[in-house]
Amino acid sequence: MSSTTDPRGFSKAFLTANAWLVYLFFYAPIILLVVYSFSGDKLVGRWGGFTLDWYRAFAKDDNVQGALWVSVQVAIVSTLVSVVLGTLAALALERFKFRGQKVFDALLYLPIIIPDVTMAVMLLMFFSQFFNVIDSVLGLTLSKDISTVIISHIAFNISFVSIVVRARLEGMDQRLEEAASDLYASRWKAFRFVTFPQIIPGIAGGALLALTLSLDDVVIAQFVSGPGSTTLPVYVFGLIRKGVSPLINAVSVVMLVASVLLVMLSLLAQRNSEDKDQKVNDENEDDDQEVSSGSSSLSEMSIN
Amino acid sequence: MVDTESVNGSPVTPELEKAAERADSRRGFLLALPALGFLTLFFATPLVIVAIYSFATRNRFGGTDLSGWNLDSYRRLGEPIVRDILYRSLFLAFITTVICLIFAYPFSYYLATRKESVRNIMLVFVMIPFWTNFLVRNYAWRVLLGNGGPLSQATEAVGLGETSILFTPTAVVLGLVYGYLPFMVLPLYASIERIDWRLVEASRDLYASGWTSFRKIILPLSMPGVIAGSILVFIPSLGAYVTPELLGGAKTTLLGSYIVTQFLTARNWPAGAALSMVLMIVMLITTIIYFRKDGKTL
Amino acid sequence: MAEEEIAAAVELQGLTKRFGADVTAVDSIDLRIEDGEFFALLGPSGCGKTTTLRMIAGLEFPTEGSLRIYGEEMGTLSPNKRPVNTVFQNYALFPHMTVLDNVAFGLRMQKVDKAEANKRAQEAIEMVRLGQMAKRKPNQLSGGQQQRIALARALVNRPKVLLLDEPLGALDLKLRQEMQIELKSLQREVGITFVFVTHDQEEALTLSDRIAVMHDGKFLQVASPENMYERPANRFVADFIGQTNLLEGTVEDAETVCLANGARVSVANDKAEGAKVAVSLRPERINVHALDDKPDGPSLEGVVSSVTYLGTAHSYRIAMDWMEIEVREENRPSRGHFNAGDSVLISWHSDGVWVVDN
Repeated sequence: MSSTTDPRGFSKAFLTANAWLVYLFFYAPIILLVVYSFSGDKLVGRWGGFTLDWYRAFAKDDNVQGALWVSVQVAIVSTLVSVVLGTLAALALERFKFRGQKVFDALLYLPIIIPDVTMAVMLLMFFSQFFNVIDSVLGLTLSKDISTVIISHIAFNISFVSIVVRARLEGMDQRLEEAASDLYASRWKAFRFVTFPQIIPGIAGGALLALTLSLDDVVIAQFVSGPGSTTLPVYVFGLIRKGVSPLINAVSVVMLVASVLLVMLSLLAQRNSEDKDQKVNDENEDDDQEVSSGSSSLSEMSIN
Repeated sequence: MVDTESVNGSPVTPELEKAAERADSRRGFLLALPALGFLTLFFATPLVIVAIYSFATRNRFGGTDLSGWNLDSYRRLGEPIVRDILYRSLFLAFITTVICLIFAYPFSYYLATRKESVRNIMLVFVMIPFWTNFLVRNYAWRVLLGNGGPLSQATEAVGLGETSILFTPTAVVLGLVYGYLPFMVLPLYASIERIDWRLVEASRDLYASGWTSFRKIILPLSMPGVIAGSILVFIPSLGAYVTPELLGGAKTTLLGSYIVTQFLTARNWPAGAALSMVLMIVMLITTIIYFRKDGKTL
Repeated sequence: MAEEEIAAAVELQGLTKRFGADVTAVDSIDLRIEDGEFFALLGPSGCGKTTTLRMIAGLEFPTEGSLRIYGEEMGTLSPNKRPVNTVFQNYALFPHMTVLDNVAFGLRMQKVDKAEANKRAQEAIEMVRLGQMAKRKPNQLSGGQQQRIALARALVNRPKVLLLDEPLGALDLKLRQEMQIELKSLQREVGITFVFVTHDQEEALTLSDRIAVMHDGKFLQVASPENMYERPANRFVADFIGQTNLLEGTVEDAETVCLANGARVSVANDKAEGAKVAVSLRPERINVHALDDKPDGPSLEGVVSSVTYLGTAHSYRIAMDWMEIEVREENRPSRGHFNAGDSVLISWHSDGVWVVDN
C-alpha cells in the first residue's frame, strides 16, 4: 500500500492504541494465570512468593494424571482416525463426482455448524439408545467409556480435517495429477508420488486442528464419558465449578503450554515451507541469465 | 480400474463413456464411504434420534415415552422461563458480536496496513490465543475477575473500590468476547488485506476525503469479512455453555446451560431435545444466509 | 476403411465430446495426422481444441467416435496406458521433485531400472541443454528452462505422439520466438509426431506443417500454413489467420464480384452465381495511389481517415463510401506518405485477393 493512503494523525493514534489494547486484552489474563500458578498463596489471585508446590501437586494428583492420560489417548486416537477418514473424504469430494455427493458434502459441514451442546445431546441419546438395542438384541451390556468419547471426537474432527485438506487440494494444480497419469502412473501411484506429497501440509494442519479441538472439548466429553473415562478438560471443569484453586492454575498452565506448543508446531511447519520458497526466489535472481522477468511472472502465476 | 481394459479396442459410444464415468464415480464413492458410514451412524442417526425425541413425552419416572407424538416440548418455548432464557441468549450473543466487531475492525485494519514482516508477527500473536485451550482461557478470567482478584485489587488501588462483576452478564459477555474475538479478527483481516489499495488511491484522486474513501470503498469491500466474522462469533456465543457456566451466575442461565440441565438434572429429554433442535435450526438458518451471500471463507 | 494404408499417427473419426446435455465441446470431427507431422490445432478459446488434445492424451474420454493412434483404437484406455506424452500448459512440473526426478518419473513408472532411468533422464536434460540443472527444483528455474524440462520429461519416454498444450503461452514475446525455433529443430531431430494447441495464429503459422482451425467444436479448415493464409476456406478463417479486409459482395460470374456499393471488381472465384461472398483483401497486398495516378487493374476510391506510423510501415485507414479499409504500406526512404484527408485510389493484384463464403 502507498504511504499517502496510510491513516494519519488522530486515526493513526486511535488505530495503534486499539491494537495495543486488543493485545493487552488477549494476553493479560493468560500471563496473570501463569504468574499466579507460581504463587505461594493459597488464595488464587494473591501473590504469596514463588513456589513450584502446585506443579508438584499436579504431578502427584492421581485423578489429574488419570484424566490427562485419558485425554492424550482420546486426542491421539481420534486424530489418527479422523485424519484418515477426513483425507479420504476430501479426496472424494475434490477429485471425483459421484451420486449423493451434495448430501455427503452437507453431512460433512453439519458437525462444524452444529453447536457443541446439540452435538453432545445427540450423542448422549444415540449411545443410550444404541446400548439398549445391543442389549436387547445381543444380550451385551455396554456402557459409556473411553471409546464413546473417541467416537464422538472423531465425529466432529472428520469434518475439520476434511475442510483443511480440501482447501489444500483445491489450491493444488490438478494438472500435476494429470501429468503423473500421462507419465504412466496408475491412479494409486499418482496419489502416492504426486498428490500425497503436495497435500502433506494440509494433512498436518488438519491433524493439529483435530488434536487441539479434541483437547478443547468439554461439553461433548462430559456427556459421553463414563466413569474412569473423564478427560482432563471435563475433570478440570468440574473442579472449577467448585471454585478456583492454585492446583487448577497449575493444571491450566500445563494445558496452556500444550496448546501453545501445538501452535508453534504448526507455525514452524508453515514457516519452513515458506522459507524454502523464499530461498528459491533469491537463488533465481543470482544465476538466472536467461529470463528473470519471465521467471518471476511465472512464479506469480503458479501462486495464483 | 475395473473396466477400462475390456473396452479397449473399440470406438467409444455414449454407453462406453457412461460406463467409464460410472467406474470413476464408484471410485469416488468408495473413498467417501468410510467417512460417510461413520457420520451416518454416529452423526446423522443421533440427529434423527434427537428430532424424534423432541416430539415425545417425558413420563413420570424421568424416562421418555416414544408413543403419542406431540408438540408439547416446542410449546414450552412460550413459557416465560424458557422464553426469557432464549431472549437472553440471543441478546448476549448479539452484544458479544457487536463488541467484537467494534474492537476487531480497527484492529484488523491496522493489521492489514502494516508492513508484511510486522503483519506476520502480529498475526502469530492473534493465532496463539485462538489456538489456546478454551477452558483455560475462561478459567483465566475467573481468576482475574474473582473476589479480591487482580482486577479488584487494581481498581481498589486506583481508588474505585472493589469490583465484583464475576457471575454477572457482564462477565459472561467479557468471557465470550475473549473467547471468540479471534473468530472476528481473522476473516476481517483476510477481507481487508485482499482489498486492492489502488482503489483507495483512485478514490482519493477523485476528491474523496480519507473518511469518505473508507466509507465508500474499504467498508463495502470488507463486508464479506464483517458478515463472516459476525456469524462465526454469533453462532458459538448463542450455543455457549462453558463460559456462562464458569463466569455467569444463576440469573444468567443461557440456552446451552439450560439444555444441559434438562438432560443431566431435570431428566426431561424431550424438552432438551426440542431446545437443541431450535438452537440447531437457528444456526442452520444463519449459516445458509451466510452462504447465500457467498462469502465462502470459513 | 483401406487396410493397406499406412496407419496415421493420430486418426479421428466422428469424434464427439459432450459435457452434460447442452454443451458439445467437440462436434463429430474427422482428422488424419500423419507420421512425423508438426500439427497445430488453432482456434479461439472455447473452440474445443484443448478438449480434442485432452481426448488424444486420454485425460478426457470422448462421448462418441473413434480415436486411433498408429492404427490402435484408444477407446476409454486410461492416459497411463497410451503411447503419448503431454507438455502441459504452465508445464505442470512436480514442485516437490528435483528436475532429474521429474524427467525420470515416466521411466520409473514404467518400471525401468533406476540407474537406467536416471541415465536416460540425465541425457534428456542434456538434450535440452540444462545438464547442470538436474539437481534443482522446478521453481528454481526460469520460465524458459521449465518449459525445456517439461519437453525433456515428455520426450524421454519416446512417445509415439507428443502433445503440447499452449506450450509457449506462458513465455514473454522474445523468449517465445527463441523457443519456437528450438521447438521446430527439436521436432526434426527426434522425428516424433507433434500435435500442439494454440490460440496464437502466428505461432501456428511459424511452427507447423499443417494447421486445423477450430471453431465451435468443428474444423473449419485443415491446411498447410501457406494454403491457410492464401486460400482461407471461409470468412472466419480469413479473419482469424492474419489481418484482412472483408468486402461484402455478390458473385456475378467466375470473374466478377459485385461489391455492396455496386462497384464491380474482377476476381477469379469458384462460387455459384448470385452467392453472397466476401472479398478478402490483405492490408499488405493493397497499394495506395494518388487520384491522378491511375493504376492498372481494379481499383477503388476512398479518403484517408487516419495514418499510423508503425516503424517498418505506415498503416492507413481508408474510408470508402460504405466501409473502412485497412492498408499497410512498407516504408521506403524515397517514398513519401499520404495524410489524413487525402483522396486516394487503392488497387491490388488479382493474385492478392481471395473470395470466401459469407
